[in-house]
Amino acid sequence: MSLAKPAMRGLLAKRLRFHLPIAFGLSLVAAAAFKFTVTEPRKQAYADFYKHYDSTKEFNAMREAGVFESVRPTRK
Amino acid sequence: MLASRALVRGLQSGFWRRVSTSSAAWAAHTHDVDVVDCSVPQYNNRLDTPLPDVPFVRNLSAKQKKLKEKEKGSWTQLTKEEKLALYRLTHELSYAEMRQGSKEWMTVLGGVFIFLGFTGLLVWWQRVYVYGDVPHTLSQESVAQQTQRMIDMRVNPVHGFSHKWDYEKKQWK
Repeated sequence: MSLAKPAMRGLLAKRLRFHLPIAFGLSLVAAAAFKFTVTEPRKQAYADFYKHYDSTKEFNAMREAGVFESVRPTRK
Repeated sequence: MLASRALVRGLQSGFWRRVSTSSAAWAAHTHDVDVVDCSVPQYNNRLDTPLPDVPFVRNLSAKQKKLKEKEKGSWTQLTKEEKLALYRLTHELSYAEMRQGSKEWMTVLGGVFIFLGFTGLLVWWQRVYVYGDVPHTLSQESVAQQTQRMIDMRVNPVHGFSHKWDYEKKQWK
């Protein structure tokens, strides 16, 4: 009936030694995944939108639709 | 947990005079009594207290007393049944029995859902008979006008609302 003496000390340190690298790794993976699935496509979408954006044309279209209060639609 | 239940029952019954007379008769089987004497140590089934303050069975019969005498000798002389009997004298539930759990959660969940459903009926009645009319801006025509204005204003043209509208063909993409 002689069992080995169980570990009495260093239990938290042992747990941290195992779990902290995993935690850091998973966090980095999560950050990288978010960057490459969300922020990069979003930045690209905005870049593409504004590459061929004619602000004057858009402004005139909005003016004709009558959404502005400073300029009325051109009277025809 | 059983002790606390007994305690609640004790408080509810209000038999304070009986609490003060903590004779051995009350402490015989230290659970399922109407009152619990809190001034003496009590038995408890707890996972974090392997050795409770008092043994479960306090008033031993003659046979049990004999077993206790035998326990004073060498334990290798005890049979398996005797060891189990000694365990049951000092403990009510084993660790496995303490951890067992029950199907009570189904009853609880069922009761919760029943009352939620009844509340839903009340809310429905309230919606029909108490609330006034909805604002006119929620009518079909008003919503159509609002949507047209949002498209004209180019709301969220990159990812969102106006991005889904085809301005050339004047329809949703």
